[in-house]
Amino acid sequence: MKRNDGRTPEQMRPIKAEVGVIPNADGSAMFQAGDTIAYAAVYGPRELYPRFMQNPKKGILRCVYNMMPFSGHGDRVRPGGSRRSKEISAVTENALNPVLDLSAYPNAVIDVFVELTQTDGGTRCAGITAAAMALADAGFKMKDLVSAMSMGVLDGEMIVDINGTEDCVLGATDVPIAYIPTMNKISLLQLDGEISRDKLKKLLEIGKQKCLEIYKVQQEALKKKYKVD
Amino acid sequence: MAEKEHILKSLKKGIRYDGRKLLDYRKVSVEPNATSAEGSARVKIGATEVLVGVKLAAEVPYPDTPAEGKLMVNTELRPMANPDFESGPPGAKAIDIARVVDRGLRESKAIAPEKLCITAGEKVWSVMIDIVPLNDAGNLLDAAALGAIVALKNTRFPPIKKDGNIDWEAPLTDKKLELVKEPIEVTVIKIDEFYIVDPILEEEELADTSITIAVSKDGLVYAMQKRGETPLSVEEIDKMVEIAIEKSAELRKIIG
Repeated sequence: MKRNDGRTPEQMRPIKAEVGVIPNADGSAMFQAGDTIAYAAVYGPRELYPRFMQNPKKGILRCVYNMMPFSGHGDRVRPGGSRRSKEISAVTENALNPVLDLSAYPNAVIDVFVELTQTDGGTRCAGITAAAMALADAGFKMKDLVSAMSMGVLDGEMIVDINGTEDCVLGATDVPIAYIPTMNKISLLQLDGEISRDKLKKLLEIGKQKCLEIYKVQQEALKKKYKVD
Repeated sequence: MAEKEHILKSLKKGIRYDGRKLLDYRKVSVEPNATSAEGSARVKIGATEVLVGVKLAAEVPYPDTPAEGKLMVNTELRPMANPDFESGPPGAKAIDIARVVDRGLRESKAIAPEKLCITAGEKVWSVMIDIVPLNDAGNLLDAAALGAIVALKNTRFPPIKKDGNIDWEAPLTDKKLELVKEPIEVTVIKIDEFYIVDPILEEEELADTSITIAVSKDGLVYAMQKRGETPLSVEEIDKMVEIAIEKSAELRKIIG
């Protein structure tokens, strides 16, 4: 099976990662998969307002996912939050929380801003991947990084790292996952489409292997910034 | 304020907070086609980084200008770029940037509106410019205005289908948006009796007043915006316009 962009079913798009791209932020990173580019900036820990939202036992991770107005393929994306962006913000928090220990930051918030400059599918996964690097760059104690990718099924065949056309035009089943390698756990799982139990299991196993390739690129990008000569 | 005294003391010696001379810009770099949008640019001025994207739409024209296209400029000051920015509807600063960039383009007639006509009375191009800073280290406005010009110059039209709608599945055509004029905007800041350009955040906070001035290639002024409460004499304004004309020529060389 040849895919619309010429890839084989288990071939990822070219990926690229860079750490420390937003000087103002406490931590930041960029992650690119094919034509999807996500930036993540971390600010905090800082005091959380309104105060009633504060947790005296531990800090709160707050993620905001946003597509820039010119980032879409096709019509301009109207600025301002949508139901979609709110949902993605929430699942991004869930995907990242398991690797963080925020008990050292009572009443504080750690803000993670994910901004997409251009999009071609897999945007929430690119955002989570960039955010994990940005949190590490900000110096938080982390059990591990989080690596994410959108898996799929198209015409009965399992494919990795689905692009925008496969997702929106060709109607692939879309299964975005985030993987925490040292825990061997999946912290983001969504599915739109149709799949059998067997196939889902296989797809997740392939996904874990592919996420490890992203994991390597994330580690390399962090090492590049913090290299000691 | 200790910081203000420190900055003023060094301005008297002709030196800025970061070692520059009073009328020096930081290093300016421009990257056209920085995103997948129909037109885009990334502008860096020192640690300030701004993305400008141009999206096009085929829309029904305004009834009073049936054969003219539309122009819209919007600024999104996302909290990623500066810890003081908050999510939500545009505030005063975002509106100021968007409107002043808009006026520079509109008043200089940078884009000939009749060139944006597809079918008179039915369909015209709507040009939507979005300015999104990635990192705010001062002087967002000059970076935004420069980015808008570079992004527009590199904007390519998408193909139109028979039904009059855009064919987003096809690649962009080679037809570029034509710019008639390329106004460059320079913001001149006044602190006490000193004039500076390209302020960093600390200098922006100390400004008594500032004027953004849109200048054409032949040195004509197309749009101005004064900020701050400190009033200015005619001589002071003239001095600031002179600085803007001189500095705009320098910036123009960078975009080629």
